[in-house]
Amino acid sequence: MPKDGGIGASTKRREDLRFLTGRGKYTDDINLQNQTYAHFVRSDVAHGTINSINASAAEAMPGVARVFTAKDFEGVGGVPCGWQVTDRHGQPMQEPKHPVLAEGKVRHVGDPIAVVVADTLEQAQDAAEKLEIDITELPAVIDMKDALQDGATKVHDDLTSNLCYDWGFVEENRDAVDEAIKGAHHVTTLELKNNRLVANPMEPRVAVGDYDFSTDEHTLYTTSQNPHVIRLLMGAFVLGIPEHKLRVVAPDVGGGFGAKIYHYAEEAFCTFAAKAIGRPVKWTSSRSEAFMSDAHGRDHVTKIELAMDENGKFLALRTDTHANMGAYLSTFAPSIPTWLHGTLMAGNYTTPLIYVNVKAVFTNTVPVDAYRGAGRPEATFQLERVVDKAAREMGIDPVELRRRNFITEFPYATPVAVEYDTGDYHATMDKLLEMSDHAGFEARAAESKANGKLRGFGIAHYIEACGIAPSNLVGQLGARAGLYESATVRVNATGSISVMTGSHSHGQGHETSFAQVVSEMIGIDANQIDIVHGDTSKTPMGMGTYGSRSIAVGGSAMVRATEKIINKAKKIASHLLEASEGDIEFKNGEFTVAGTDKSVAWGDVTLAAYVPHNYPLEEMEPGLEETAFYDPANFTYPSGAYGCEVEVDPETGKVTVLGFSAADDFGNIINPMIVEGQVHGGLAQGIGQAMIENCAYDDQGQLLSGSYMDYAMPRADDLPMFKVDHSSITPCTHNPLGVKGCGEAGAIGSPPALVNAVVDALQRAGHDVTHIDMPLSPDRVWAAMNS
Amino acid sequence: MYNFDFVSPGSVADAVSALQAEEAQALGGGQTLLPTMKQRLAQPSTLVSLSGLSEMLGVSSDGGVMTIGGATTHATVAAEAGAYPALAGLASHIGDPAVRNRGTLGGSLANNDPAACYPSAVLGSGATVVTNAREIAADDYFQGMFTTALEEGEIITAVKFPIPEKGNYQKFLQPASRFALVGVFVAKYADGVRVAVTGASEDGVHRWSEAEAALSANFSAAALDGLSVSADGMITDLHGTDAYRAHLVKVMTGRAVAAAA
Repeated sequence: MPKDGGIGASTKRREDLRFLTGRGKYTDDINLQNQTYAHFVRSDVAHGTINSINASAAEAMPGVARVFTAKDFEGVGGVPCGWQVTDRHGQPMQEPKHPVLAEGKVRHVGDPIAVVVADTLEQAQDAAEKLEIDITELPAVIDMKDALQDGATKVHDDLTSNLCYDWGFVEENRDAVDEAIKGAHHVTTLELKNNRLVANPMEPRVAVGDYDFSTDEHTLYTTSQNPHVIRLLMGAFVLGIPEHKLRVVAPDVGGGFGAKIYHYAEEAFCTFAAKAIGRPVKWTSSRSEAFMSDAHGRDHVTKIELAMDENGKFLALRTDTHANMGAYLSTFAPSIPTWLHGTLMAGNYTTPLIYVNVKAVFTNTVPVDAYRGAGRPEATFQLERVVDKAAREMGIDPVELRRRNFITEFPYATPVAVEYDTGDYHATMDKLLEMSDHAGFEARAAESKANGKLRGFGIAHYIEACGIAPSNLVGQLGARAGLYESATVRVNATGSISVMTGSHSHGQGHETSFAQVVSEMIGIDANQIDIVHGDTSKTPMGMGTYGSRSIAVGGSAMVRATEKIINKAKKIASHLLEASEGDIEFKNGEFTVAGTDKSVAWGDVTLAAYVPHNYPLEEMEPGLEETAFYDPANFTYPSGAYGCEVEVDPETGKVTVLGFSAADDFGNIINPMIVEGQVHGGLAQGIGQAMIENCAYDDQGQLLSGSYMDYAMPRADDLPMFKVDHSSITPCTHNPLGVKGCGEAGAIGSPPALVNAVVDALQRAGHDVTHIDMPLSPDRVWAAMNS
Repeated sequence: MYNFDFVSPGSVADAVSALQAEEAQALGGGQTLLPTMKQRLAQPSTLVSLSGLSEMLGVSSDGGVMTIGGATTHATVAAEAGAYPALAGLASHIGDPAVRNRGTLGGSLANNDPAACYPSAVLGSGATVVTNAREIAADDYFQGMFTTALEEGEIITAVKFPIPEKGNYQKFLQPASRFALVGVFVAKYADGVRVAVTGASEDGVHRWSEAEAALSANFSAAALDGLSVSADGMITDLHGTDAYRAHLVKVMTGRAVAAAA
């Protein structure tokens, strides 16, 4: 049994005391003296020309400090994109300017046109109604295929078309894949959509800008998953503020799910405006604003073809995807349908030839970027759907077809440029079948049938890639950032420890799990260890938290820094014990001389480091503080088998999820309870996407699901009791903890399992239904049964 | 939200008088009006609160008629309308506990949201809407979505529900709002059956007369077998087509009949 508080213990989350008692300190809890409030005036049309803005009446309203429009941002950079994708012809993607406030044109409902800054929010809102904004509405392009037609309305006049890029991967395989598909025994084809989603973190976005003229220092408090990245992007590319004059603080953050990775115009605005008016400026997004200004997720339209031999062995895979970018390129948008999607198309299978074509398209909609899973859910969904369809067409059991094609030897180099270091897919599949009582399904199906209901079972086996790395590779792929992580371990004189991590916790429980790792390594109680994150003035330059990278990359940096601490502490101990360094053993917070009863405690060594009276000053500096930057050699590759059991009401089309089992291989586990919580959350989001969530526009570009009246979020009673297991462990081979990451898996593996289950239920009842696009809302399922 | 004056009258008469002010607006539980005001989509000059008026509170039964005060909350109806189980059941599933503890019967009926639950109970029971000025039969009261027979400044003080022999309400949830995508209220009286449908029609709550006739002759789900509901005039939106809603009307009616108690 792991010792309480160390690696492997289900230690209760220390942060929950403040979260559950209302003592969390979120950005909206930050109120500065003499603060003003910003109200953004946003476009209510999807596309239009701004003819004029007359702010004089608004500026005369009570309490108004100033009204800002695009002309105030002349000389300021646009909101930058952090990833440049190169197309299949070797050309860079088309990259439009993304101004802080709309310049000349508005390009989506919610595009900010002007900002009123006033003493109170109500005054700002009152004044905003006095703004005279004259816009000529233009035709909007919403559907991606329409947007690529010759002569289509262009979202950006200065681009040649609405095509951001036409990406081919691996381009050299294109002809070989075509040939293999032509000559195959059987080809299964599926056309599908991956529905657009809104992230909906519980805490909406907030920004508070502050400026001190006496020191020329800017501070931005913001709801971010990566404050250092915001500092770099905003400081270097938008506002021209050097790092030492710009502090970015992301305090407690109430969920991100990807939508709080990106640098947003509102952050740059509040930072800029605070200096312009000489007072702090605060903006808190309303929920309505969040729907039309937070980056959306997914929104792919795909045709996938899987070629097989007569035994169901996969020979080749070809995909053709249109990926919606929205009206502007959000920070990491171009990388999601490409490097985070195409590289996963091998899945768990030995398919030797794969070609992925992705056309990224501009439309008059909110920008689209990473959302929990980011590209991997889109890859997994189409692959696990087409495999299921192939199984039916080939008359092979879906479990058996997967098993016939599983990769079993590692490391395994896929034809899509990545190398899986380790895995055991049969083990997770076995576990799933056991957990879900697959053998008893037929009896349960008969019971449902007797009750007039249709029962189905669906499986998905996913692979995912976490901790995107190494930096030199991602640089070649177009990333304009490194993807290392950092940690500073500061040991205090009495032996307690502060760890300053570049990772950022916004629900993941790092303050608990990171402390468990250091506790295990040093052998002191986890309560002696504090995890500090979210403030660029406190933490070393780090890249933040997304892509399930924190424990694999941030945790590794922390391990490396702690190893440096231990090495130095051993040297101090050897001096105190008058023994050679090679004879010093360190265990459970105590240094001993091998083969003797001589020992010195951790606290005595740390005290000696800061009160160096008896200390080898000629050999070593005093103090005990170390920093490490960790740049991984490879991604990590969690995988797992998910099973979903549903019942369909044939009269109404309503789907009830009766059971959901998840058998994951996350490598080594630091805190099993936190891992389970992460999987539960991921499953809820994945089932939400598959069942009810849907961000929809009408053909004029008006958001049809702009509030919770029409955007359905999963609630507890939409979900079954989950069964989760993470006992199948193949440790990652290239990071010091052998960990892989668990934050996104649930959202990646669950949508195809659910859709496969519903299709199974309908086919068992004799309906010739091979696919239904998500969400599988009752009306869609009913329509599929009755078409 | 825009500024407004708030009036808390001590009697229905005072409330009626306060509502004479220009741009004055009656406030029930505020479950629709307050979110609308927060969005700056409504700008009443004065809110006249009805929720504390004792004349408009409470549930009572006498001579086969249940009378419920217009300011009675859904939670109170759910707890105290046991003599009319279908109605209590309906009230117990409106919104969530916060909504049920604030929202009122009168407020719901005055708003007449086409997907609200209560209108179907009032129409399906052939109830009488009592106002400060008159009594209005349910068949005359509902006049299309968000439209009623109420005059400007008129207040619903109570509703009188004839208690049926059997009744039931079946709601098929819109997945986001959990309002009724389609809701059907069925009530069987000695002189016939009433069937009222909410959520489905562009004209708001309405009766399904063919089903009423069939069920009056034979109160069983099988009586509906030969019937069909036209999709004409049904709502099509993100959550369901007109054809789907028309189909659900029949399914939910059958289920309400089967479950009627």
